[in-house]
Amino acid sequence: MTPTADLIKRRLEALHPTALHLVDDSAAHAGHAGARESGGGHFHLTIVSDAFQGKTLVARHRMVYTALADLMQQKIHALQIEAMTPDQF
Amino acid sequence: MSIQDTIREQVTAHPVVLYMKGSPQFPMCGFSANAAQILKACGVDKPFTVDVLQNPEIRQGIKEFANWPTIPQLYIKGEFVGGSDIMREMYESGELKQMLDTAKG
Repeated sequence: MTPTADLIKRRLEALHPTALHLVDDSAAHAGHAGARESGGGHFHLTIVSDAFQGKTLVARHRMVYTALADLMQQKIHALQIEAMTPDQF
Repeated sequence: MSIQDTIREQVTAHPVVLYMKGSPQFPMCGFSANAAQILKACGVDKPFTVDVLQNPEIRQGIKEFANWPTIPQLYIKGEFVGGSDIMREMYESGELKQMLDTAKG
């Protein structure tokens, strides 16, 4: 696992996920304009947590972004998010 | 006028606004390309789009405006709707087309 992926997983423990799957897609995007400019990685996250219960998609994504706030500035260039409750998983 | 005022004016002056990298014809990022395609699939052929790569102040300002750290961002009738993942989920459920149809009147 890359250091950034490891950091992401550790930060997301704050949401007490019952399942967490993170794919590092950075290699597939290396060299495109945005990636060159910021140098951050591309990730695809699937996260399942009771904390998303009763929350809109926007609220769920904001919870993820908040947990990763400092990483969003530099280390993460793009993050695809699927945020589900246990009964949606 | 502050950059936040400029953004507020943009999102209220147009029923559908997409902040993206590049243009729908020449998107500069895969997520922006997807967002523009979803709008097209919902029947919005010519959305009002803002290319944040042409305007660094808006690029930073829009993140603060919505308290949302990524681009693209979709606004319908002045309300922040979401980024490309949320647009896709709402497109697949039919909710997005419904919102857009209502917004277009």
